[in-house]
Parts: sequence; C-alpha cells; structure tokens
Amino acid sequence: MDLFDLIGPTMIGPSSSHTAGAARIGLTARMILGEEVKSADILFHGSFAGTYQGHGTDRAIVGGLMGMAVDDPKLRDSLSLAKEAGIDIHFTTGVLRDAHPNTVRLDITGVSGRTVHMDAASVGGGLISIRRLDGMKVDFSGKENTLIIHHTDEPGMIAGVTTVLALHKMNIATMQVYRAEAGADAMMVLELDAPIGDNVVDNLRLIGGVQSVEFLKGRDA
Amino acid sequence: MMNHTLAEWVQLAGEGTLSAAAIRFQAQQNGCTEEQVRAKMHERLAVMKDAVRAGMDENLRSVSGLAGGQAYLLLKYINEGKSLCGGILSKAEAYALATAECNACMGKIVAAPTAGACGILPGAILALAEEEHLSREKEVDALFTAAAVGEAIAFKASISGAEGGCQAECGTGAAMAAAALTELRGGTPQQCADAAGFALMNLLGLVCDPVGGLVEVPCVYRNVGASGIAFTAADMVLAGIKCPIAPDDVILAMKEVGDALPPSLRETGLGGCAACASIKSRCKNG
Repeated sequence: MDLFDLIGPTMIGPSSSHTAGAARIGLTARMILGEEVKSADILFHGSFAGTYQGHGTDRAIVGGLMGMAVDDPKLRDSLSLAKEAGIDIHFTTGVLRDAHPNTVRLDITGVSGRTVHMDAASVGGGLISIRRLDGMKVDFSGKENTLIIHHTDEPGMIAGVTTVLALHKMNIATMQVYRAEAGADAMMVLELDAPIGDNVVDNLRLIGGVQSVEFLKGRDA
Repeated sequence: MMNHTLAEWVQLAGEGTLSAAAIRFQAQQNGCTEEQVRAKMHERLAVMKDAVRAGMDENLRSVSGLAGGQAYLLLKYINEGKSLCGGILSKAEAYALATAECNACMGKIVAAPTAGACGILPGAILALAEEEHLSREKEVDALFTAAAVGEAIAFKASISGAEGGCQAECGTGAAMAAAALTELRGGTPQQCADAAGFALMNLLGLVCDPVGGLVEVPCVYRNVGASGIAFTAADMVLAGIKCPIAPDDVILAMKEVGDALPPSLRETGLGGCAACASIKSRCKNG
C-alpha cells in the first residue's frame, strides 16, 4: 500500500469514507464524463443513505462533480456553488443489491449531453472502488493512471489498443475487459504505470470500433 | 503494490529503524528520492499542526451542534496545572481532541488512518516533540513509523469503522501512535511492533456507534481515550515488557472480532452510544 494512504489524505472533515471518499467518487465521475456536469441524480445506499447530510457526503459528492479535490475548503459550500452555476442536483436514498454499505449511484449528464452512470463505494480511509460503470460491472480505484475505453465487442479490439500503447512505450499494470453481451457494447479498463498524453488518447480514438476513450490521471495519496 | 505484516516490517528495518525502512519503501514505490517523500510528509505534519490550532477555538461548533469547543476547555484546565494525567499525556489528549473537533467541524485535517481517528497520532507526536524539543525531522520519522503500522493493519484487517468497528479506526490510530512514541524514545523496531500490539489489544472490541451517524459523539472523545492507551502501550514496551501475543496475531484477532460485530455496531448509528435516549434527543441532524 501507499503509506500516504495511512497518513492521509489531507482532507476536509468529518469523515474519510463519507466525505473524502465521496468527494473522490464525484471527482472520478467528473473525469470520466470529461466535461462539466449539467445535472446529477445522486442515490445514496446503506450508511450513506442514513447520514449523508451530517457527514457532508452530499456536499462532498457535488464538490467532486464540480472538480474540487478532497482538501478544497470550497467543498463546504458546494451545494450553493452548484446552484449558482445552474447545475441541477437531485438526491435520493435507496437500496442497491449486493452493494458495499457506503455506495452511491450517480447518473450524471454533461453540458454536451454526454452521460455517465456509475456505482461507486467508499471503502475506508478515503479509498474508493468503482463497482459499476454504464451498466457493466467493473472494479477499479481511480488511484492509478486509468484508461477507460468503450467499444464494440468485436475481434481485435484488445490487440488494437495494446498495439497503440506499445508503440508509445506505455506499460500496462492491470487490464479488465467487460461486455454487456457478445457483439454488443463492451468496455476495457486499463491501469497504466505512467500517465499518457492527449496524442495517445487521440490515437486510441481512431481505432475502428472504439466509441470513447477517457483517461484519468492517477492521484497522489 | 506490496503489503507487509508487522513482522515483515521489523525484518525490513533490520538493525535500523522502522521509519527508515518505511521511507525507503515509499521512495521506491513512488520512484522518487527519500528527500521527496520526506518533504511530502512535512506538508502533512504542517496540516496537523494547523488543525490543532484551529480545533482549539473556544467557539468552534459542528453543523449538528454536538461537537466543538471542548479541546479549549481541556487545554485551559491543563494549563492551570490541574490535570491528573499531567505532562506530555494530558497535552497529547488536548491536541487529539482539538484535531478531532476540527475534523467534526469540517476543518482541514490529515486522516491517520481515518478522519474519525485523526487526533490520536498527531496529538501524541506533537505533544512529545514540544515537551522534549524534538526536531521536525524526528516528527516526520515518527509519522512514517506510524504509517508502516497502519499499513500492516489495513493489509490483514481493516481501518474502516463500517467494516471493523471503532477498534479498526481508533484502535489502529492508537497502535500507530504507540509505535511512533516508542521509536521517538529509542525503542527497537520489534518494540514498536509490540507497542502497536498492546495498543490494539487494549482497544479490541471497541464498537463504532456514532450518534446520529456523525463523526462527533463518541468519536472525538474516543480520540482522547485512545491517546491514553497509546502512551501506556509505549510505556509498557519501553519498560521491557514484551507483547505476549505476536502483534500480527492481535491484528488478526481484531479482524475476527470486527467480523463478529453486528451491523448495529459498525457505523450505522443504530446501537451503542447512538441508541442512548439522552443524546438522541439533542441531535439536530440524526
């Protein structure tokens, strides 16, 4: 583990799981969306559902969606800042099946109409785990340099992506592939040892069958 | 990324200190120099000191109104020379409370290992450093020692109250602080591990029962109590007492106890202190 996850993060209180983790979930969703958030439906499950106001989980998630980091004092005022910015926020509580006690479901829409549907859990000490993305079960933390590629399920996709990465001398740490069903929408989540440039992302977007590519730069603990 | 047990950390430290081993490991993980990882820890130390100052405000109050302003009272009482604990420990307790109250009031803190348990470690290190005029470099070393202990606990058990109860949060914070104090007083890596074992042993079974589900009551006061446990654990090993159970086994026991806790005592705000009528009625935000 990263020792700075044990002495850290530096964060706005009161809860590493309910505040810092929540802010990171919001920020991760914002990065996957790749543009400013226009509206967000936020569903709290489990412990989140019971205590989201007192822990500032609501403010933390919204702050994250607006691009704020876990130690940004503006997190305290994010709900009013979102209102001023004209972002439409809707909170509900509910029960998600087989979900970690601190799970939130986000359905967000960006300014261009792009959407992200994400279930994420805050697993303790400010660490998070993305459990579902756009209808597919996934498992990644967003802490590493992460590449998320939506594509059509067809032969050669993995070879195409890994070839581009190999040409740019990018080393893959982990790789996960998911699909809704054979021949339908699919997704790859790759964790890389180093950040990649916009040119690599652009090259990946040119591969036939690739629908979208988002890169999340790894974060310091 | 690699994880370690306490025994592995002690082995890595060899003839040196746990902090040196932890700094070497972190620099290697990050692919940077030891100076760079130390610099990052210096930043965290500075945030810890600011949090103590912010938490000492007499008028500080949380959103719910349940927390804030109590550290001021404790420090005032200590400064009047009345404290039963006296000296370093009473100051550590006041600093722990101030940090925890800063956190409850949405101030900026460093999780150690979590926000709910953020006061114990800085309270112990800052108080000892102040009273014994230790350098900032020593304080940073002690934070790395603590981090190594926290990592071993997170690896084999949990540092989340929702999973393992308060023993996983304040218990871990106390274990980290006990090891840090032990190294600052010249203890060996094995003694640091033993101190962590003693601290955890003494907080085994502690439930997570936040009133209204908020990180306020009893959390901020448990940071004070756990500080006492950290100091007594360090004192025992420095006196030559060995932890009779392997510290790594105490961690496994903590996991087992955590798994056995009913959901009502794992950060759901349903049982324990959270169910007490005399405070439920005062909680505006439950």
